[in-house]
Amino acid sequence: MNLDLLRPEICMALTALAAVGADLLFKRKAIVTAVCLAGIAAATGLTFSIMGNAPQIIANRLFSLDDYAIFFKFLFLGLAFIVIVASVDYVNRMKDFHGEFHALLITATLGAMLTASATDIISILLSVELTAISFYALVGFLKNGKTAESSIKYVLLGAINSAVLLYGFSMLFGFTGSTVLSGMERATAAIPSGGAAGGAGLLFGLMLVIAGFGFKIAAVPFHMWAPDVYEGAPTPVTLYLSTASKIAGFAVLTRILVTPFMQPVALARNWGIILAGIAALTMTTGNLLAIPQVNIKRLLSYSSIAQSGYMLVAVAALGMSSSNFLQARSSLLYFILAFAFAELAVFTAIVVMSRNKPADLISDYAGLARRSPLLGVAMTLGLLSLMGLPPLAGFMGKFYVFTQAAQHGLLWLVIIAVVNSVVSAYYYLRIIKTIWTDEPASEEPVSSSLGPRFALAFACLGIAVLGVAPAIITRFSEFGSHMFMP
Amino acid sequence: MNSHLLSLIIFLPLAGALLIGTYPRIPARVVKYAALAFTLSVLALSVILLFRFDRQANGMQFQEIYSWIPALAAYYRLGIDGISLPLVALTSLLSVVAVLMSWKVENRTREFFIWLLVLESSVLGVFCALDLLLFFVFWEVEVVPVYFLISIWGSGDRRHSATKYVLYTLLGSALMLAGIVSLYYSTGSLDMVAIAGSGAAIAQTLLPAVPIFFLLLAGFAVKLPVVPFHSWQPDAYTDAPAAVTVMLAGSLAKMGGYGMIRLCVSIFPEVARRYAPIMLALAVIGIIYGAAIAFRQTNLKRLIAYSSISHMGFVLLGIFALSQTSLVGASLQMVSHGLITALLFCTASIIMDTTGENDIRRLGGLARQMPSTATFFMLAGLGALGLPSTSGFAAEFTTFLGSYSSSEVAGIKVFVLVALLGVLLAAAYVLWTIQRVLFGTVLPVFNDSRDADMRQKTYCGLFVILIFFVGLYPMAVVSIVQNSTAGVIKLLGG
Repeated sequence: MNLDLLRPEICMALTALAAVGADLLFKRKAIVTAVCLAGIAAATGLTFSIMGNAPQIIANRLFSLDDYAIFFKFLFLGLAFIVIVASVDYVNRMKDFHGEFHALLITATLGAMLTASATDIISILLSVELTAISFYALVGFLKNGKTAESSIKYVLLGAINSAVLLYGFSMLFGFTGSTVLSGMERATAAIPSGGAAGGAGLLFGLMLVIAGFGFKIAAVPFHMWAPDVYEGAPTPVTLYLSTASKIAGFAVLTRILVTPFMQPVALARNWGIILAGIAALTMTTGNLLAIPQVNIKRLLSYSSIAQSGYMLVAVAALGMSSSNFLQARSSLLYFILAFAFAELAVFTAIVVMSRNKPADLISDYAGLARRSPLLGVAMTLGLLSLMGLPPLAGFMGKFYVFTQAAQHGLLWLVIIAVVNSVVSAYYYLRIIKTIWTDEPASEEPVSSSLGPRFALAFACLGIAVLGVAPAIITRFSEFGSHMFMP
Repeated sequence: MNSHLLSLIIFLPLAGALLIGTYPRIPARVVKYAALAFTLSVLALSVILLFRFDRQANGMQFQEIYSWIPALAAYYRLGIDGISLPLVALTSLLSVVAVLMSWKVENRTREFFIWLLVLESSVLGVFCALDLLLFFVFWEVEVVPVYFLISIWGSGDRRHSATKYVLYTLLGSALMLAGIVSLYYSTGSLDMVAIAGSGAAIAQTLLPAVPIFFLLLAGFAVKLPVVPFHSWQPDAYTDAPAAVTVMLAGSLAKMGGYGMIRLCVSIFPEVARRYAPIMLALAVIGIIYGAAIAFRQTNLKRLIAYSSISHMGFVLLGIFALSQTSLVGASLQMVSHGLITALLFCTASIIMDTTGENDIRRLGGLARQMPSTATFFMLAGLGALGLPSTSGFAAEFTTFLGSYSSSEVAGIKVFVLVALLGVLLAAAYVLWTIQRVLFGTVLPVFNDSRDADMRQKTYCGLFVILIFFVGLYPMAVVSIVQNSTAGVIKLLGG
């Protein structure tokens, strides 16, 4: 047992406990925040310390430490850090749950980090559930009618989803005789390329797994919960849900699909095509349903569904790519980074706006650019990046993903995707128009403390750098796509 | 070999925008002078380009190449040839004029000039980029400033027009992106010149050459605009602030024609030849339709907008007639239309500003009250209808001559003959408009209309000089263009 390679995770678990403890011991709530940030920083440092260690197996193949896992660990830690920093003003709205909020945020991060390196269906399930359960509690934090409703909805649907996922896993286990991904890989390698029986059963199992993770990543038709939960949850939670939870879903789905099930080729092509179909459906539904929304969080939830669709394009391209999938995976990671920065920018602005009272309607953002240029610019950049306008991060992400898809015979999907980008422009522009051209209800400037301002500036910087000089970041996403341990 | 002149030209306006953006407290007057200084220095640099450009040489000049995204084999690659150089010069000229025209903008002045400068940067970038990805980036960036410029400082139903403009443009460019993506994966390269240079060899290895051609064309067709995709254009031209209309009509529309020559025709000569009759038909429809609809317009700016559709039809005609002379004609027409339409919109905006009236039916007799504006408007009109000695004549004549004698497309003569009708119609609606707006009963309502001031006279006069200079001495432009168009024709194997 080489548990020391789980140093960052152990550090995070301790941080969660420390946060609860600090909440009990100290009156000043800022201390809890400080403890969490210090814990995250320490975990990041520890991740650096295990970085060079080539791929390693941990705890009897329950987990593995590869560059892919490290990429996501950095990402989740960074996201958690920014989310906490961005919500320092907002958490005053939930004074009584200060410690719980932070502790749960840390455990959610812990779950996501474990998810990224889990290589056994048991550990995958446990890590995924750790994240999910933390979110069930986080979503209902404000304890008013709306959040309670969305929290219950989330829990119920989440439970069903876990059942579906488990059923899928049991099928995979039944047909491969192994719970470890590498064991499954050996089993699929033994299937003759023409063999149908095992392939069909596996495909069925994979469909259930895709359905299960489809829920996590809010892919259509498993997206029903997303708009309600995004709308009802406290905004920092929405921010973290829309980024970390979704990205963790993609991380593990990709790992499951790509490690053992790239062979036989027919199987890979089958799930590739199915994912391509889901991608098309997801983008189109998300974008069309976003158009009539007046609540900005609801609108962004549909936009986030549509973004999942673009990410699924990359995963579908993986399936179609037979063996040459490094670039396709790198494109997915790149898109995820770009998406995360854009979501950070937009949602942080919403968090700042709603720190005292809810600012959920698009009309609440009228003339924002005049009331707070920083918020206006950051939100605009984020939205334009989500729209996929060059030279911003989102465009490079899309371009990268689309070239991969086109290269692997999914030109039809690319065309659907680009047309979808135009549809999305309509509702993103509506918000931008409100921000820049509408008359504000009050001229009162929007104040924000240093934390959110840092988060916004960081997000803007990310969006710009990823867009203008992607070479710096492609190295990072390539690094993440390289090492891949079954 | 890296000369940096092009980078300087492209990024100088952007630097200006950043500079103005970072100092929120500078007074509006300083902002205006700063914007003028930046656009003027870009103009100066493009004049240097014009002189240093080697008219005898083939291929790209002033090239700059740096690695940009190694993972995608994308380069920061700039360069110009005879087709892009006149458009670069035109854009930098129109930007100066746009700044001068906006001297009276009082509402959110700082932001206005920031967007105007960003717009100039992106358009110049489109004409200079030789890497498909870079080209697309510049192409797409342009949408943002135009959106803000129309929706904040426009008139009429400005937000609707701005959104319509953006959605049309984005749809076109989205399809273009799909085209670029598939071109990239079929060739493994983003180098526009190299892809075009390998010509026929690539066209055969590319499986879906025809769809890629049309995907690329979609973006350019919206921009030019080619007729079934034009409905954003009259709205945008009418509701945009005058300076932006000048940029849109004079400069941005040329991005469409330029793209067609640079990408569609140069990379897919075979496809272009096969589908030329369809494009020519669209060109002729555009010429006649634009002119016919122009007749019915009562709004002065809308009328010029439709005449613009008609004139851009000539560009399309010249491009897809696929002969050396017709391509020269198309390039010449792009320059000439840029100058003439800009002058038309300038004078129209002077008229509309001082009279507060944009309905042609309620205008009249202005030649008496605003003699110099009337003169400029008339000269521009004469250029638009193609009077000999104006650039309009030189361009249209070359286009017709080149198209008529083209051997590449069957039945070209019919298209040309029908298109000639467009010239007739142009003469009719231009003269009718001049008569209705400038002559006729002098209306006492407009007695205190101010004539063009010194600033306005300066840039209008400059346009007039250029229109007649190009008209009387077209070789000034042709000598720049012809080597490069010959290069394109060579790709056709003709």
